[in-house]
Amino acid sequence: MAEEKLKKRAFLSSQIDLSKFNAKDFEKATDEEKRQQDVMGESTTFFKDGMRRLRKNPLAMASIVVLIIIIAIAIVAPHICPYSYSSIITVDGRRDKGATDLEPMQWSELEAQYMEKTGKKLFPHIFGTDSMGRDYFIRVVYGTRVSLLVGIVAAVMVLIIGLIYGSIAGYFGGTVDLIMMRIVDVIYSLPDMLIIILLSVVLQERLTPLIKGTSLAKLGANMISMFIVFALLYWVGMARLVRGQILQIKNNEYVLAAKSIGTPNGRILRKHIIPNCLSIIIITTALQIPSAIFTESYLSFIGLGVSLPLTSLGSLANDARAAMQTYPLRLVIPAVVISLIVLAFNLLGDGLRDAFDTKLN
Amino acid sequence: MAEEKNLVEVSHLKQYFPVSQGFHKIPLKAVDDVSFTIKPGETLGLVGESGCGKTTVGRSLLQLYKPTAGRIVFDGDVLFDSGEQYDANGEVICGEDGKPVIKNPVKVNMLPYRKRMQMVFQDPYSSLDPRMTVEDIIGEPLDVHHLYKNKKERREKILDLMATVGLNAEHAMRYAHEFSGGQRQRIGIARALAVNPDFIVCDEPVSALDVSIQAQVINMFEDLQDKLGLAYLFIAHDLLVVHHISDRIAVMYLGHLMEIADADELNDNPIHPYTLSLLSAVPIPDPETARHSHRIVLEGDVPSPLKMPTGCPFRTRCRYATEQCAAERPILTDRGNGHMVACFNK
Amino acid sequence: MSEEEKYILQVKDLHTSFFTDNGEVQAVNGVNFNLKAGETMGIVGESGSGKSVTAYSIMQILAETGRVTQGEVLFNGENILKWPEKKLQKFRGEKISIIFQDPMTSLNPVFSIGWQLIEAIRLHTNKTKKEAWDRAVEMLTLVGVNEPEARMKQYPFELSGGMRQRIMIAMSLCCEPDVLIADEPTTALDVTIQAQILELMKDLQKRLGMAIIIVTHDLGVIASMCDEIMVMYGGRVCERGSADDIFYRPAHEYTKGLLRSIPRADNMKEKLIPIGGTPINMLNLPQGCAFCPRCANAMEICLREKPDEIKVGEGHRAACFMNVKEAFEEKEEA
Repeated sequence: MAEEKLKKRAFLSSQIDLSKFNAKDFEKATDEEKRQQDVMGESTTFFKDGMRRLRKNPLAMASIVVLIIIIAIAIVAPHICPYSYSSIITVDGRRDKGATDLEPMQWSELEAQYMEKTGKKLFPHIFGTDSMGRDYFIRVVYGTRVSLLVGIVAAVMVLIIGLIYGSIAGYFGGTVDLIMMRIVDVIYSLPDMLIIILLSVVLQERLTPLIKGTSLAKLGANMISMFIVFALLYWVGMARLVRGQILQIKNNEYVLAAKSIGTPNGRILRKHIIPNCLSIIIITTALQIPSAIFTESYLSFIGLGVSLPLTSLGSLANDARAAMQTYPLRLVIPAVVISLIVLAFNLLGDGLRDAFDTKLN
Repeated sequence: MAEEKNLVEVSHLKQYFPVSQGFHKIPLKAVDDVSFTIKPGETLGLVGESGCGKTTVGRSLLQLYKPTAGRIVFDGDVLFDSGEQYDANGEVICGEDGKPVIKNPVKVNMLPYRKRMQMVFQDPYSSLDPRMTVEDIIGEPLDVHHLYKNKKERREKILDLMATVGLNAEHAMRYAHEFSGGQRQRIGIARALAVNPDFIVCDEPVSALDVSIQAQVINMFEDLQDKLGLAYLFIAHDLLVVHHISDRIAVMYLGHLMEIADADELNDNPIHPYTLSLLSAVPIPDPETARHSHRIVLEGDVPSPLKMPTGCPFRTRCRYATEQCAAERPILTDRGNGHMVACFNK
Repeated sequence: MSEEEKYILQVKDLHTSFFTDNGEVQAVNGVNFNLKAGETMGIVGESGSGKSVTAYSIMQILAETGRVTQGEVLFNGENILKWPEKKLQKFRGEKISIIFQDPMTSLNPVFSIGWQLIEAIRLHTNKTKKEAWDRAVEMLTLVGVNEPEARMKQYPFELSGGMRQRIMIAMSLCCEPDVLIADEPTTALDVTIQAQILELMKDLQKRLGMAIIIVTHDLGVIASMCDEIMVMYGGRVCERGSADDIFYRPAHEYTKGLLRSIPRADNMKEKLIPIGGTPINMLNLPQGCAFCPRCANAMEICLREKPDEIKVGEGHRAACFMNVKEAFEEKEEA
């Protein structure tokens, strides 16, 4: 045995240049030294990791910037701009009848005289004025406010209804799921535009006397009926999506593990299932906003949208239709704003999907 | 000598799952009439090939599925009893109307028992919620069973558990997906230990791990058993691992138990033809033995559990099969020293 | 015949990297080995050891982000890394073919078994459809598929995992390649089916005489199949030698640890001796020996330098400083 060992050693030393080593090299390394070699990667959460990916996506980042600018203008502009979206421009307390159909950045005669007289500078009409002498910029801002509001409120309603409905159907499964999903199928099979138009017409008649004198009256019966319509019809897509996600997540062993611990159903849904499908839900909600804005614009365009004098981007475009050839800008401006908002939300939604909807490896 | 009390008693456990075939629903007999016992502090190994129903046994035992029939007793308390009565030959006793006689069916609220029976899962990747930190994963059973008085106590308990399974306390706030397979399995074990159980179902806990990590986890299971007196139902397909950790081993095939015996007895003196071929099929990590051993290679594949053969489930691949095997199903009979075999010919 | 000519496949100083978002991952780091015709070699290692990437590098079927950055793969003395894609396509399947771990995903679910076999045969030969059909039936018979004519018309989902793996083997052998690479061929299969497939591979090797490279993490499979074994860790070769060398005279701390940590017939009553620590993080390789953070006998030098491969016996090489230490101690004593 010992001889064999010696032979092996001789065999080894014949091929190694031992001069480059010294005794210290062969001292045992301490645990501390070994641990230094073995470092765990930087801790990242799912959210941080997703945000890092999102920041690398130039289209999504540009969309965020565009949306922030649009939202900021929609919030701030009415406080700065002295004109009202609903009434004709007044100069020095007098209605300015000559301020109709002004070109962008142009002053009416009365305004020019007033400025000369007093030496004060008036706020410019950035987009000019409309045929009734109202400042067009502020009307576009209010239209944007309305469109964004419709989009966000509709998306939130869809989210809440769809999330609750879909989670119940998906988590409990079986007969519950079967019945709930057949209801969804029925709603899904209705031609939505037709229903929206019918419902808006019917609801408008019923709602107008109901909301008279309340703060809701300002929004108009049309707007409220639009919300109701969205709430009634558009959640089905979300419900289906949530159900599908939950069916998938439910099969994960961590859900079974939670059951084996004795975790009650509600807690499993809240703590395990919903957080794990949240990213998909948020992405779908972000994509729901532009589709609601689009529908609203469409309805306003055909005259079923917000009631006068309130305006939305769709009704602005509709009003501008008559004078399309003389004043094309009045059609182009709301159209461009709608496109910008819808495009930005869509790109942001796609960006979110790319960043967050990846299977963890 | 007084017979030691059983911790777990499972008798005539059946678990069928309805499967749609066209317009019909036919039962998939994942577990069909399985009986076994486990004593406190004992490890029962359960081996079998994929699809033989071994995982289902573990889950039905913990009533994560509602068993189709059978009786489950834990520490003297009946947790589930579908109420069928059996005669000495293991046949269901039927009444005059041809339906089984049902006496005193039992179904209890499992919540208090969840504290005493726990589970460790196979896949360390899907068994931990990716959106939770280690602290919250281990803390969940504590939350559910209200096992602490204040936040400080919760945290202390969690750090204790992490130390028990050899996890670095600094990593408490990290997410599960940042860990390696072995470390994740440790988190899963800590979660099972949080409620201080008497019995753990280990469902293939090492088969997804790297070879060099498997031994760490196997050793930990053994150490925990010595320290805490745990009983295990250790489900696995790797016979060497099962043999190493188990006191007794049960061999399963197509939802039925084929043989139960003491681990060494089963290894040295297997009786059932299926056990025999299973043992000879295991590749031994030793070239010398491998060169001289002769494999009994089984012909064919495992039949689909939807088209279960009549009689003995193994007869389609068994070289000793006779007509009796096709006509009748063999039941487990004692061949001495608790070595139970279900075979007519051996 | 010179030393070089004996080998059908030689891999020299192979380096393969993946270029990911998080930086370059050096999956294979200087692998050398030689394969004789008709020999069975096993590459064993855990996940992330680079064993599969080595196999894929030989086949030139790396994922998009992967690239061989250095080294040579010589097939009958020719460096295939220099070959154009057209030539490689012919080479794969005809000279070297591969079977994968998951027979479920490596067959196309929308085509029948027969169609896929005939396609594979006609890709490499100019046989007519009829001839290819006959050849396919012959191959299925060879791999022990019963009723081959009937199976030809079936689709992959109608067959069991073991049967699918047999068909994959038939497909990869239909051009009688010189080398068959089997990447975890039995990992997805049950023990009794695994035994069938391993016996089949041994039997086919006897009949067709091809060389086999088995890539696996299962020491049992390696022990029962291979003449030569290569142990990998962290993208590097720890040790290579004959099966007996590796199992009875391991010369690398990782191999030793691995053998101690597995349950075997003779240690059933004893505690296993595990390798401590956690698997290697390929994004963050240690400066010295890849195994040193987990090595019980790690020395100062292991932390700083990567060990070179040295001969520890006839045809047995290991890259571990423990061997250097032995030699050094002898010199000191002398």
